[in-house]
Amino acid sequence: MTAALGKDLVGLERLSPDQIRLILDTAEPFKEVSERPIKKVPALRGKTIVNLFFEASTRTRISFEFAEKRLSADTVNVAASGSAVQKGETLVDTARNLEAMRIDMVVIRHPSSGAAAFLGDRIRSNVVSAGDGKHEHPTQALLDLLTIRDKHGKIAGLKVCLVGDVLHSRVARSNIWGLSKLGAEVGVCGPDTLMPRGIEELGVCRFRRIEEAIEWADVLNVLRLQLERMEMGFIPSVREYYRVFGVTLERLEKAPRPLTIMHPGPMNRGVEIDSRVADGPHSVILDQVTNGVAVRMAVLYLLAGGRPELADAAKRGAE
Amino acid sequence: MTRPLLLSGGRVIDPRRGFDQPADVLIQDGKIAAVKAGLGAPDGADVRDVRGHVVAPGLVDVHVHLREPGNEDVETIATGARAAAAGGFSAVCAMPNTDPVTDNQAAVGFIVRQSARAGLTRVYPIGAISVGQRGERLSEFGEMVGAGAVAVSDDGRPVVSSHLMRTALEYARTFEIPVADHCEEPTLASGGVMHEGLVSTRLGLKGIPAAAEEIMVQRDILLAELTGGHVHLCHVSTRGSVELIRRAKQQGIRVTAEVTPHHLTLTDQACETYDTHAKMSPPLREAADIAALRQGLKEGVIDCVASDHAPHAYDAKEAAFDDAPFGIIGLETAFGVVHTELVLNGGLTLPELIARMSSAPAAAFRLPGGTLQPGAVADVVVLDTTTRWSVDPATLRSKSRNTPFAGRTLTGRAALTLVGGTIVHELEAAPGR
Repeated sequence: MTAALGKDLVGLERLSPDQIRLILDTAEPFKEVSERPIKKVPALRGKTIVNLFFEASTRTRISFEFAEKRLSADTVNVAASGSAVQKGETLVDTARNLEAMRIDMVVIRHPSSGAAAFLGDRIRSNVVSAGDGKHEHPTQALLDLLTIRDKHGKIAGLKVCLVGDVLHSRVARSNIWGLSKLGAEVGVCGPDTLMPRGIEELGVCRFRRIEEAIEWADVLNVLRLQLERMEMGFIPSVREYYRVFGVTLERLEKAPRPLTIMHPGPMNRGVEIDSRVADGPHSVILDQVTNGVAVRMAVLYLLAGGRPELADAAKRGAE
Repeated sequence: MTRPLLLSGGRVIDPRRGFDQPADVLIQDGKIAAVKAGLGAPDGADVRDVRGHVVAPGLVDVHVHLREPGNEDVETIATGARAAAAGGFSAVCAMPNTDPVTDNQAAVGFIVRQSARAGLTRVYPIGAISVGQRGERLSEFGEMVGAGAVAVSDDGRPVVSSHLMRTALEYARTFEIPVADHCEEPTLASGGVMHEGLVSTRLGLKGIPAAAEEIMVQRDILLAELTGGHVHLCHVSTRGSVELIRRAKQQGIRVTAEVTPHHLTLTDQACETYDTHAKMSPPLREAADIAALRQGLKEGVIDCVASDHAPHAYDAKEAAFDDAPFGIIGLETAFGVVHTELVLNGGLTLPELIARMSSAPAAAFRLPGGTLQPGAVADVVVLDTTTRWSVDPATLRSKSRNTPFAGRTLTGRAALTLVGGTIVHELEAAPGR
């Protein structure tokens, strides 16, 4: 019953364009659920989902939890701190113990790249990555795609530039795969210290100056600059970063057309993005958050074996 | 008095003498007594018909980790020596990153005794360059050599201090031993788990650039030139390193180098599925590096093949890529992998391979063996170079199973391994049985 997406969702690299479109299309009817006074459909009633977070997360964890609850799944949250993980239990033991409790799905966030696939290969339950190391954050990219499609009515042919710390960003990698597969042109912009080796070979345009990226792009997806990167010597100071790479109103005003502004959050206002831009008329940052719940509902629904054409019915509670 | 042993009718390859022809090899009193076609068997001799097989000097591996003392649950000197014998090795050199570190004469003597007690492949200890491998103060090279050490190394850790490396190279000259270095510039390699390139970018894993190795290779070459000492470069992995070593050798600098079977045959694409059996230090590089390493090995720019046999418990490797330890086992697959990939499918001849796995490493570390010269110690291997076999980790003699070659079909393995004339390994379907 897992034909549409396979057993697990660990990244967009392995998905086909049709599978990505299927998730986005399935998310559409689920959007409306969150607008109702009673935000609940019975699609995953009786399913047990464990949210296994080995890294701190507020937005992603809550978004998954809402998606699960609005689909009527039973959910348990396990955070790394205070759990057996902190007592030295290995990832594989944690997984086996969860499996022994007969669960249906695991949503995993882990600081090591590949951890989601590692888990998926070792348990029978469906595994959904909520971000693994610097590898991928597939549901974030899916909600970004849905938000771009909502705003522009299409994805193919658009120019989308990822700005900032691409080196350490799982959001960037998932976006590069998702956008490319759906026919967008992808750019990356930032200092070379924050760009991974060989990034151009993934078929992206490389910009070293933010002004050039702004002139080129239709959409800017501004990545969070993790402040600890500075201590590691990747950039000299936050002040200089904002001066050289900050997405500011002054820079955007010189663009030939208005740019859609995205940010996966949490934002560092005045570091990678100007508050006036984040709060401005072309910002879709909060739409991204709203779409996150619908996209995650779609992913969970499809992995659980839900048939896409029944998503509409499911949301009406008629399944 | 043991029975004389006659290895009859094999293709005898002795690279040191340029000998390659069908001949009989007679072994008496632990020594090579004669190598000649049509030798008669002395009275009471054990005669082995090895027609169709290759008789060569026992293989020598100058870089293994046998984990004893300290981590005997993953390997011991006895199990490591057993694995080495099965791989056709009559001598191996054990790295000192044990627990405690092999950095004094007592620790070196312990390894010598454990090796003698096992009575299999000879295990020569390598002493630590610095006390505790901490990179600060020289260990007592003289006493360690007196107890049986054949080289010094801080392998597992690079020698960070150029001053320490310089003094090690200078001090080692008195004892005529090589200083073996794991070349890695630690600030560039910090946190890295695989080769830095397109694959690491896609997988989101922290890369180790080729420059991290090459900077230290060049530093060590400069220090060898400065001091006149003998530097041995461990597990060279990049095309840049090969070029640096080639130039150094042209200038007559005393440098020797080794390459592993895995760096000769696997690329960073083996990490693609986050397979922790593809995690090693230095990391697997790119196809162009493999090509340069193979060319360097053929030319003798790289002197020898060494396995860097590094056993780990199965559950240590059963982890996310970042969290797994570096290293793989290799003693039992080394010859088969290189023979299959470089001799049968590529540009190396069998005598060249045997030279790189016996006479050359023995010469680099000034060890006995590595030749079938009459009078020499009878460290001999009989190689079956035609039968295909499949690598089944469950049947390996090593205590550990962490090999990236599981399931591979290889051609070439040891049928018989002799140490000092004594049979230490014999394949079940051995010749003449």
